[in-house]
Amino acid sequence: MTRRKACAKKAYAIVDPAPAEPLRFDADLCIGCNACVDVCQVDIMVPNPEAGLPPIVLYPGECWYDGSCVDACPEPGAISLNRLAKDRVRFKRKRTGADFYV
Amino acid sequence: MIVEWPYPVEWDQTTSVSTDVLVLGGGIAGCWAAIAAARRGADVVLVEKGATIRSGAGGSGCDHWESAATNPCSRITPEELTDALITSQGGYCNGISHYVECREGYDRLLDLERMGGKIRDADDEFRGAEFRDEATKLLFAYDYVNRFTLRVWGTTFKPALHEECKRLGVRILDRTMATSLLSKDGRQGEPEGGRQGGLQGSRVVGATAVHTRTGRFLVIDAKATILCMSRPSRLWLFSPELPGISEFRPPQCNGDGHSMAWRAGAEFTMMEKSVQAEWSGTRSFPPYATGNTHNTWYACSMVDAEGREIPWADRDGNILTTVSERYRPAPGQRLYLKGGCEPDLPTYEFQGPDILPVDELLAQGYKLPLYADLPSMPEHERRAIWGLMVGEEGKTKIPVLQRYSAAGFDPDEDLLQSYGEGWRSAAFHPQERQLFGYPGGLMNDWSLRTNLEGLYAAGDQLFASNCHGHAATTGHYAGRHAADDAQSTAAAAVENGQAEAERSRVYSLLDGDSDASWKEMNATLAEVMQEHCGAAKSEELLSSGLSKLQDLRQNKAPRLRARNPHELMRCLEVLNVLTNAELVIHACLARKASAEHLHFRRSDCPEMDPPEWQKFVTVRLENGTVIEGEMPLDYYGPLPESYEAHNEEYVGESGS
Repeated sequence: MTRRKACAKKAYAIVDPAPAEPLRFDADLCIGCNACVDVCQVDIMVPNPEAGLPPIVLYPGECWYDGSCVDACPEPGAISLNRLAKDRVRFKRKRTGADFYV
Repeated sequence: MIVEWPYPVEWDQTTSVSTDVLVLGGGIAGCWAAIAAARRGADVVLVEKGATIRSGAGGSGCDHWESAATNPCSRITPEELTDALITSQGGYCNGISHYVECREGYDRLLDLERMGGKIRDADDEFRGAEFRDEATKLLFAYDYVNRFTLRVWGTTFKPALHEECKRLGVRILDRTMATSLLSKDGRQGEPEGGRQGGLQGSRVVGATAVHTRTGRFLVIDAKATILCMSRPSRLWLFSPELPGISEFRPPQCNGDGHSMAWRAGAEFTMMEKSVQAEWSGTRSFPPYATGNTHNTWYACSMVDAEGREIPWADRDGNILTTVSERYRPAPGQRLYLKGGCEPDLPTYEFQGPDILPVDELLAQGYKLPLYADLPSMPEHERRAIWGLMVGEEGKTKIPVLQRYSAAGFDPDEDLLQSYGEGWRSAAFHPQERQLFGYPGGLMNDWSLRTNLEGLYAAGDQLFASNCHGHAATTGHYAGRHAADDAQSTAAAAVENGQAEAERSRVYSLLDGDSDASWKEMNATLAEVMQEHCGAAKSEELLSSGLSKLQDLRQNKAPRLRARNPHELMRCLEVLNVLTNAELVIHACLARKASAEHLHFRRSDCPEMDPPEWQKFVTVRLENGTVIEGEMPLDYYGPLPESYEAHNEEYVGESGS
């Protein structure tokens, strides 16, 4: 109790060292509007302290990959959902048999 | 990398809020509850941990709406369909909530349409399709003969509901986590601390909450409260590295509402039911992201590695020769439920067509892997799967449709590989369990009220809950009844002592004596559950699991420490997960018999379904002690008569 009172106004975060990078930003396209931060129900991002820059993904491991952030982005391409490597899926062109991964 | 907290820190501040109807949880059920209560003239506060515009399991989309039995094309009555659902679960089903779903689903769809949601093919994209009704332009899924499941444009739903809440003046408190229910007599048992006792079972008069960005505390008094906070998860399956995809639903839908209700003395049933896991993003591919034949992908053709077409069969094993037959009941069958047979325990009476089991395919010389063969599907069916359904389901619009299309996947040309049987896309161990497929929850009466006065429940908080349409209809229904209750109830004063005790409990997590993480705690308790509450259960095993959980509570929980309001939310969540684990074990201890439809096997009571145990077993807390009870499986009485007796006004308004 005493300790909390002493630092009542302080809080900090350590970026979660998750083995995942669920979101990628294109800093040239991103306008720093934070629409993605506002829509994320898991609240994995925080606004960048520097206005106009892409948000900081504080809790990447908590992403549930529904893509609402991408859907809400007003600047197509500014944010993209990056699937885990283990979730890459193979498809095959029916006529040629050629392999692809996505 | 250390980041300074970007939001104002307000954990020395408390806000008091007063309302008629308090809705906890802003997913599908919560939004509908708020809308219904507000339309009845109630003042409504909606508390949502995330952001209401897209929050909840159905927030980002929904590809099909089940059990809309009153739509103009349906060839089945709400009574027949509810009976089918109850029978398919061996009687362990919520007759009340599913009758509401069957009876009011189409009313809610029309409501959604008025709010701007898209429920019919107004643009004539599917003109002439077998699953389209040309007069109404409604599109159907699965059983095309009986036409009670609709294909819908569910990505439009949540923003429309959010907008309607705002239009009606609902006070939406986003980024706010409810932490406890407030009881009229001011005290509850305190399972988190050493001290037990109190007055569980009193009227619920509101809730406490904490802001997940600022840490500000809230005390909300309400004449009626509706719990719409999903169902427990992360009990057996938890990944500390990737907690966001530990289970099917969003990670913050972890059953806070169950824990709060349990602590307040609410009565639960069927919490002993768990199924071998079907979804976990860390153990399987994401939902509907690989070639499969179920739900969103029903009834996609498959081929084997050499391009041989995989046979489809009806419930009797008769091979189906056309795609169209996959959407029809078998000869002599009244209807079938679901797209793809019920994965947990198919009931012959309602089992739909599916591909032959993999073992049989291998015995017949088919070669793995299998592929979804969209190119061979008739054009309307291909576009209904790849485009409409994959485009409208919440977890596939961006991650699958958009992403695969950008990578060059062409539904007219390409085969998508399958990585598992049917829809599972992974193999799970028997002890890796989930609350899925009509799991347990709060016991309810015909008002969707719990055993506690002033406390209602909807959606996945109800026992034997399932799917979007169930959440929407029960939310609306609970909202109406809670608003009526509030109208006839005087505001109850919240005793400061209870709110103050809760405030201390919440903020004690800022003072933990170490940096013990919520993730380690969750991973540990999930292991305890796998070891002690797996597929085969027994009195002694369950009891030792309970004492191990209590050890975690006494020795690990006090060491949890949050660095900021976000972590405070996660720490509070994991304490709720722990409470829910205890609730599950108490329920397992209460049922001293094995039960097939509950996927419940007691090695010390091996006889399956002895007649004296074919009943609902209930559990609740009273003065800190678990009270066991029972209810007959048909406690809800005759469906239409009971429904109409409790909903005279609604039946009059809607003419249904």
